[in-house]
Amino acid sequence: MNTSVSNSPALRKTRSFGAGEVLLVISIAILVIVVVVPVALIFFNAMWVPGKGFNITDIVDVLSEPETYEALTNSIIIACGTTTMSTIVGTFFAWLVTRTDIPYKSFMKMLFLVPFMLPSFIGALAWKMLLNERIGYINNWLRSLYDVIGIADGPVFNIYSFHGIMMVETMYLFPFVFIQVSGALERMDPTLEESARISGASLFTITRKITIPLVLPSILSGALLIMLYSMAHFGTVAVLGVQVGIINIPYLIYQHIHQSAGSFAAIRTGTVLAAVLVVTAAIIMWTQNKILSRGRYQIIGGKSFRPVEVKLRGLRIPLFVFSIAYIGFTIALPTITIFLVGGLKTYGLPLVLENMTWDNYHRALFVNPQTQRAIWNSVSLGLSAAVITMFAGVIISYVIVKMKVRGKGILEFLGMLPFSVPGSVIALGVILAWGGGHTIPFTGIQINLYNTVWIILVAYIARYMALSLRANSAALEQVHDSLIEAARACGAGMAQSLRDVVLPLVRPGMIAAFFLIFLPALRELTVSVMLYGTNTRTIGVEIYVLNEDGATVESAALAGIALLIIISGQVIIERLTGVRAK
Amino acid sequence: MSYIQLNGITRRFGNVTAVDNLTLHIEKGECFSMLGPSGCGKTTTLRMVAGFEDIDEGEIRVGDRLLSSHKENFYLPPEKRDFGMVFQAFAVWPHMSVFENIAFPLRLRNLSADEIRSRTTEALRNTNLLDDADISPMDLSGGGKQRVALARALALNPDVMLLDEPLSSLDPHLREEMRFEIKDLQRKFGFSILYVTHDQSEAMALSDRIMVMRAGHVEQIDTPLNIYRKPASKFVFSFIGLSNFLKVVKSGDAVKPTGSDDAVNLPAPADVFGQSSAAVLASRPSEIDFGDDGHVRGLVKRRTYLGEIVDYAIVVGDQEVRVQKTARSPGPGPGETCGLKFLYPHWYPE
Ligand SMILES: Nc1ncnc2c1ncn2[C@@H]1O[C@H](COP(=O)(O)OP(=O)(O)OP(=O)(O)O)[C@@H](O)[C@H]1O
Ligand SMILES: [Mg+2]
Repeated sequence: MNTSVSNSPALRKTRSFGAGEVLLVISIAILVIVVVVPVALIFFNAMWVPGKGFNITDIVDVLSEPETYEALTNSIIIACGTTTMSTIVGTFFAWLVTRTDIPYKSFMKMLFLVPFMLPSFIGALAWKMLLNERIGYINNWLRSLYDVIGIADGPVFNIYSFHGIMMVETMYLFPFVFIQVSGALERMDPTLEESARISGASLFTITRKITIPLVLPSILSGALLIMLYSMAHFGTVAVLGVQVGIINIPYLIYQHIHQSAGSFAAIRTGTVLAAVLVVTAAIIMWTQNKILSRGRYQIIGGKSFRPVEVKLRGLRIPLFVFSIAYIGFTIALPTITIFLVGGLKTYGLPLVLENMTWDNYHRALFVNPQTQRAIWNSVSLGLSAAVITMFAGVIISYVIVKMKVRGKGILEFLGMLPFSVPGSVIALGVILAWGGGHTIPFTGIQINLYNTVWIILVAYIARYMALSLRANSAALEQVHDSLIEAARACGAGMAQSLRDVVLPLVRPGMIAAFFLIFLPALRELTVSVMLYGTNTRTIGVEIYVLNEDGATVESAALAGIALLIIISGQVIIERLTGVRAK
Repeated sequence: MSYIQLNGITRRFGNVTAVDNLTLHIEKGECFSMLGPSGCGKTTTLRMVAGFEDIDEGEIRVGDRLLSSHKENFYLPPEKRDFGMVFQAFAVWPHMSVFENIAFPLRLRNLSADEIRSRTTEALRNTNLLDDADISPMDLSGGGKQRVALARALALNPDVMLLDEPLSSLDPHLREEMRFEIKDLQRKFGFSILYVTHDQSEAMALSDRIMVMRAGHVEQIDTPLNIYRKPASKFVFSFIGLSNFLKVVKSGDAVKPTGSDDAVNLPAPADVFGQSSAAVLASRPSEIDFGDDGHVRGLVKRRTYLGEIVDYAIVVGDQEVRVQKTARSPGPGPGETCGLKFLYPHWYPE
């Protein structure tokens, strides 16, 4: 009799409902605090005018100010140009390494991922040194070349331009498309192309009529990622555009925040701009989902052969050399430039040995308290953000992927939010939420984190939540429900089956999430630049500010140190994951 | 002269020889199957005929056309060979409608719109797809997708059809149905079929001739009936159905199963014994009778009812022989001794 009572469905249901409920509430609370409140406050402030109530005409006014209007157009021009160029470059290289007989394929595949390691604003700094119209090293070299061959006033490149900005962003963003497209091409069933071939189609027709249409969803989804990134990206425009009056929305938000020094009146314009970014991002995300759900063809074959490779014949070696040269020119050259300029006694001196010194590096690491603090800030912020976001991501993904609780729909919706909120928007949102301007309802408590590292930490968590959710849900989807059910059938409770079964299985996903957050956080600029105070500069901010102040060599030295940390981090990951794979 | 000729073709991948000096002649309108275990080189052979793989030796001709020749370093690209081909994983294009899938090869040949329409419709009719012309092939079942692939291959009215395990992604009952559809289409249009499969009953049901392959070599080329009745080697024998291989050794004039003192009461051809003086006596479990006039004697170890049939395990010397009888026929019980009479014995070298 007893057993039948304790096994009654009603009892069991209540118990699991309780545990699920708790996790669901925790998950929703995390997302509400770090993402929902900030974004909601942005929309609220954009539309609420003190004294006048809700008001749309003010938004129109803000947007039709010449300054905002221009920033918006600039953002769109740069995003469109960058996206177009990156898509072409990324698709071409993806095709090259998956569909042709180019030599050293697996090496080439890694090579095209290297640009991810170089933060684009550090790249922009390097290109400024190389292609400054008057004193850039490449331009100087070109001029001396023109002298030799006797052309007066030959053309030089000016990096401070739309072209320059789009070129630099393309160099460091095209891997988004490359990864998507080469993955799709690799997984695609080669018989889809072979059956077109045997039907009489030439390789060119197959590429046009079969291959490209089939990978189009992947191309577009990579392109939209780049568009989203470029719209909200601060660094490249700040380094290369502002001097010549090219300003984009993130830069404008930055200006407004720093003029306002935490006061709300001046931030209003910022909130309107941020709202524009959020809406744009939402449209982009929506488009992407539409494309993916309509176009996600089942193109993965059962028993796959290696696809037929296009024989490049005479072009094989030239294209190989071209690819190496491309990476050399866009990655190696800027990196070396940063290290060399970081070792110069004074900026502007020729790059010869007697002008070189270790001083800048020594001072940045051991003498200058500003740079030391920046390094410490970035490392501690990166670590804390990575750890917190990683665990929060596991909990939220677990509820979304694995649990059957009522109200999960809300969480699924909230879980999408971090993906569509650009960094500069998050920064503004956390200022509104935690900058002391609002009292928490019903409590009377006012939280003011402005100018502390905590506000940056909250922003980092919000910014990187999307990455953690993606990595962890991917790992959790691999864990079949029956594994958990089996553990529970053996008598393990909810918590115990989590600890003994689920956790070990998702650990790889968590480790991946940790590094996916820690390394980018080390060099973060877009968010930190909006939130820094005198003592809370991060590495990215310090590099940017030094460069703005004209301390070019010091800024290059710190950038060099940052690159070394990033590269060693990357090597450690390869080691860790490599060992794991064996 | 045969219509399709593969003369001494070889294909190597690194140090694996996938196909080794294969010669094969196929007649016009013949249905020819390539049968063999996984990795024996069936697909590679088919892909060399299609033109997807170059050949490392030999030449391929169809009719009076030279398609591939290693000596002349000549390879007609697949798109110029005008063959129809059907793949295991369907390979229908998800971004085109059923109609567009089938019209694709026709559109590449600059035909008039009317002709494309009428020939596509004809191919749709022949494969019972008329009602599905405008939907996406992704909304069709596996059998439907494979029909689209067949119709697409038929659209050009090719002389040669290449099929690489076209039915192995389908349910068993659908597989049998499609088998007959393919056969009907061939009767109607008279194309030659080169058919790859690892399912022996499929090969038997469809083919005029079968080639059994093993590790890149031909084991036997013959009609289905002959493959079953006169397997050329122990390998073919084992591949074609359930089999017993009783090891025997020659001692003096007598031939004895290993571990047994009783001689086999059957004349053995002298040439199967090599220097080891050992050979195998091959038999099918269903082609053995019990009786006191048996060729060998054994002890019943186990008797299992499998519904319609009874499965016996009989110990002969240190080996086991399986016998299968219908459930109603009388037979010895476990622990009894009995004589085994091989109805169709085959002898192979050890
Ligand atoms: N592109 C390739 N690169 C390297 N080895 C290959 C390639 N294609 C085939 N092989 C090898 O050649 C041999 C024959 O392969 P093939 O695909 O022709 O066998 P199969 O008889 O079709 O087998 P299955 O029944 O599994 O389809 C195998 O050992 C295979 O590993
Ligand atoms: Mg095969």
